[in-house]
Amino acid sequence: MSGRKLHVSFTVNGEPAEVLCEPQQTLLDVLRDELRLTGTKEGCATGDCGACSVTLDGTLVCSCLVLAAETDGSTIGTVEGLAVHSGEEAPELHPLQRKFLEHAALQCGICTPGFLIAAGSLLEHNPDPSEAEIRYWLSGNLCRCTGYDKIVRAVLDTAAEMRAAT
Amino acid sequence: MHPFTYEAPTSLDAVLSRLGSAGPRAGLLAGGTDLLVQLRGGRAAPPVVIDVKKIPELRRLELDDSGLRLGAAVSCWELSRRDDVRSAYPGLMEAAELIGSMQIQGRATVGGNLCNASPAADTIPALIALGARAVLAGADGERQLPVEEFVTGPGHNALRPGELLVELRVPPAAERSADAYLRFTPRAEMDIAVVGAGVSVTLDASGGCTAARAALGAVAERALLVPEIAEALIGGPVDAEALERAAAAARAAARPISDKRGTADYRTRLAGVLTRRAATCAVQRAGGAQ
Amino acid sequence: MSEQRKFKWVGTRPVRPDGVDKVTGRAHFGADRLPPGCLHARVLRSPHAHARIVRIDTSRALALEGVKAVVTSADLPDLGHEAGGGGESPVDFHDLSRNILARDKVLYHGHAVAAVAATTASVAEQALEQIDVEYEPLPHVLDVLEAMEPDAPILHETLRTRGVEPAPEQPSNVASRFSLERGDLEAGFAAADVVVEGEYRTETVHQGYIEPHAAVAEVSEDGQATIWVCTQGPFMVRNFCARVLDLPLNTIKVIPSEIGGGFGGKTTVYVAPLALALARKAGRPVRAVMTREEVFRATGPAPGSVLRVKLGATRDGKLTAGQAWLAYEAGAFPGSPVNAGCMTVLAPYAFENFLIEGYDVVVNKPKTAAYRAPGAPMAAYAAESLMDELAEKLGVDPIELRLANAAREGVHATYGPRFRAIGLEETLEQARTHPHWKAALGENEGRGIAVGFWFNGGMNSSAAVHLNEDGTATVVAGTPDIGGSRASLALMCAEELDLDPARIRPIIADTETIGYNDLTGGSRVTFATGMAVIEATRDVVRQLRERAAKLWDVELDQVEWREAAAHRANGAAAGQEPLTLASLAGQAGRTGGPISAKSTLTARGVGPGFAAHIVDVRVDPETGKVDVIRYTAIQDAGKAVHPSYVEGQMQGGAVQGIGWALNEEFVYDERGELQNAGFLDYRMPVALDVPMIDTVIVEVPNPRHPHGVRGVGEVPIVPPLPAIANAIHSATGLRLRHAPMSPPRVLAALEKAAP
Repeated sequence: MSGRKLHVSFTVNGEPAEVLCEPQQTLLDVLRDELRLTGTKEGCATGDCGACSVTLDGTLVCSCLVLAAETDGSTIGTVEGLAVHSGEEAPELHPLQRKFLEHAALQCGICTPGFLIAAGSLLEHNPDPSEAEIRYWLSGNLCRCTGYDKIVRAVLDTAAEMRAAT
Repeated sequence: MHPFTYEAPTSLDAVLSRLGSAGPRAGLLAGGTDLLVQLRGGRAAPPVVIDVKKIPELRRLELDDSGLRLGAAVSCWELSRRDDVRSAYPGLMEAAELIGSMQIQGRATVGGNLCNASPAADTIPALIALGARAVLAGADGERQLPVEEFVTGPGHNALRPGELLVELRVPPAAERSADAYLRFTPRAEMDIAVVGAGVSVTLDASGGCTAARAALGAVAERALLVPEIAEALIGGPVDAEALERAAAAARAAARPISDKRGTADYRTRLAGVLTRRAATCAVQRAGGAQ
Repeated sequence: MSEQRKFKWVGTRPVRPDGVDKVTGRAHFGADRLPPGCLHARVLRSPHAHARIVRIDTSRALALEGVKAVVTSADLPDLGHEAGGGGESPVDFHDLSRNILARDKVLYHGHAVAAVAATTASVAEQALEQIDVEYEPLPHVLDVLEAMEPDAPILHETLRTRGVEPAPEQPSNVASRFSLERGDLEAGFAAADVVVEGEYRTETVHQGYIEPHAAVAEVSEDGQATIWVCTQGPFMVRNFCARVLDLPLNTIKVIPSEIGGGFGGKTTVYVAPLALALARKAGRPVRAVMTREEVFRATGPAPGSVLRVKLGATRDGKLTAGQAWLAYEAGAFPGSPVNAGCMTVLAPYAFENFLIEGYDVVVNKPKTAAYRAPGAPMAAYAAESLMDELAEKLGVDPIELRLANAAREGVHATYGPRFRAIGLEETLEQARTHPHWKAALGENEGRGIAVGFWFNGGMNSSAAVHLNEDGTATVVAGTPDIGGSRASLALMCAEELDLDPARIRPIIADTETIGYNDLTGGSRVTFATGMAVIEATRDVVRQLRERAAKLWDVELDQVEWREAAAHRANGAAAGQEPLTLASLAGQAGRTGGPISAKSTLTARGVGPGFAAHIVDVRVDPETGKVDVIRYTAIQDAGKAVHPSYVEGQMQGGAVQGIGWALNEEFVYDERGELQNAGFLDYRMPVALDVPMIDTVIVEVPNPRHPHGVRGVGEVPIVPPLPAIANAIHSATGLRLRHAPMSPPRVLAALEKAAP
């Protein structure tokens, strides 16, 4: 019935990419299995855990709930694109990545890429979030290891640092 | 997931013609936050999935003197960026923002929430309370239905074969009127309403309630418009007594089932509590107090 | 370790060695590997809670284009009952094999019946629909008390209750009875002025790790197999797969991926042996990844339980007797953690008279697996709620009552041994003086406290330390790092070498690269693997001193090691400037060869851990919703090697406990099908549900660990259930004896109590 693969071209982490995919493959499937960008994780495939969070044309989404076919021509951001590799100087971690490390805001690390993407999206829209705002925005990201405390603190600290820098 | 073909028509004519040929089993994809879960769970197996996000009429988001026109493919996130809509219909915004996480907000649409026709859908009681109408398009033209008539049962709606939901129209907010939506969930977020209550009220200059509409979610096979709640609120100041009458009306109207999300008895009790709280909130808002 | 040692590196908070990989997406977890030509596996599962399998026909599935292999129990050897180790608790290979693929009978909805490998996931899914299975449905039983009734549906015709005299002749769902007894129970209760008792229930809950089980198996033409798998125990996976498929251990290499949470749930095998069996048949790599729904339906949850506990005390607050009756669901096969429940239920206190009995009961639910302090949280729920009730009846402060009866060094533990130095009193003292304990409360708010106990684990560990030519070092461990143990192992190595931990690279090795290790579990890794790392590092330091002694031509005892260098003891002669680690490592090839050491040990001297949690809740009197508004976790770590990750364990355990206490539960329908097999309706706490979790680390060193370590991972999940129940009582005057204390249960209790 399907058989025919679809050609999808998009921009991933600033670079053009294209794939051939089945209509039923999700953006998550394509990122992981076709582009081998496995930093984006699958925890539930029903949009309930946030491990697959990416930005799609600047909007925070669960990539498990987006068909790859829908993303033709779009711009996608994944955890692999957070750190800056200029090619000349040493790679530079995103402030959130640094603060997650400093605050020990990860234990097993499976939810971490999703939290980083979601927190990055928050700070883009709200550079000075309260604890409650952070907890609200990150409620679509499940973490079973940390109890959220250190994650929330890391985001608060990142926001303060980024505000001070601008 | 069962295999399917994917199409993304770019005009209303094109989608209607495609719907006509694809037959009733076509899957309509707006935000996809319900459809993809159903596809993965095998609860939907359409031979073709039609993405409606590229149709301009479904992307409309306009607020003016004639009220709100909310295209069926506008995401909750896009809606939530509109402070004018928030200030005109705070209850509808509350309901829209309760649908899932920020990630879900980025995709989910009010139109999809309505079409999915879950008894526990958050926006449906809010829309009913506001007297919203659904605009449907089909091969024979356009028709409109009050939202309370659009949903016909769990997962079922009034769309005929070949029809699709184009937009929702919400009447303009009258002076000294406001709405509120409250739901109860065990978790603070990422949960499905055990009970939801949407209330809109209009007050006169002295604070008396002159008009009201109220609807309940998750207490029946579909969201219910409950005129008895409105009757309890209309005709005077919304005092404790009126609120208690409204709560009693809500409990009387509720006919819930027991399931994993709550027992019938619990839902009935909560219907009263939430109706009282939502009405209190709406009245405060209509009186200018936020 | 008699006196407090002064540490230089242990107790600091460097960035964890694996951190950058985990914030950049580089870290590879179970499902992240996809070898060329890899097939995708899917599993057919039982639609019945209990049924006889009459017939399985896979021919139509095999005929589908793209299907490369199908396995059923017919492809596995039919193993007899034989106990084995290597997991969190002893395993019976007969049962394990039947849990991996049902034989004769399916015992729960979701029980695996067949597995398919195909070229794409969607072909594999279509193939499942082409497998014909004929079932003869049988009556099922889900409730632990109903399963104990004489007329209950029997899961296993051959099961006879162990631990009762005379040995029963009839089959039963009660797999075993376990008991602990001392003193004179009757006299103890007779001496009591106040007696409290109650029946407590908890529902089945799940560990809820975010990473579903995943394995990739590859088999070469000579039969050598490689399994890439997310697991708490690569050696366990090797052993279990070898036993279930009847293969020699040396034909299987297990590479542990990064592990996305386990909490005890990844201490057995589900998909790894299926991937291996399929790969052997197909001659191609096979990746098997569970869906979230499968994780809920078919992996080991923590048991539902019923407990009846009774405590007696004198008017002046001395416990005189304790009695506990525990019945735990084992799931479809025997092996609930009821014994641990018995051993922990009264463990925080000194009892002279007690009787504790526990029953392990099979029901038609997935076989339970370990979950963080297995068996202890429900036991504490009963016992610590009753301690609170006792304090109320006696009119004493609940902390004072606990302090007056607290286990301390020399006390004969209810579970057997005499305690050595332990930190329960110190932990309670911290609670008593913490500002939280005396803070003001608002309307509908209440405060509760409870303590928790966990043994902590020892078991077998191997580790190696290799010096590199430039004086940096590699630490090789075989216990997967589930929450920061690489950091703690590097710090312990750093302490012994007196070397900056940034110069030490810890790695987790596969089963061919390091000696045998028991799995990561029981809060044992920092304790036991840490002990092995310390021993190996001390060996390396000895070798370094030997090299220096050789270069200086002095006796070994003339060489001291400090600040990552060899120093002449008693003053250096000319030409005997300190020899740095780098210089000694650089010349190793000329002074006796490369420097490295290994240590293998069975770790003795575990240090029990205690925690006290204080929690404030607000109860909505109209909806029954309980919000946790303030939380303080206090715990004796022995020594906090990396305090941030100790705090992380305390916070994570507390929040898992909050979820267990308030909302998490398996909901079954009358057919025995789980109704909430997903993260939407299995309500684990989200960020907005919980407050910050304040922590206080108490350090009463474990005298039998070189760095004083006890282990910290498990005890923090023990106090939350009773602490929250006690807080609800403080807010409402009600004792909630059924967890989760969800809004409907709380509201029902409120309404029942209303005049």
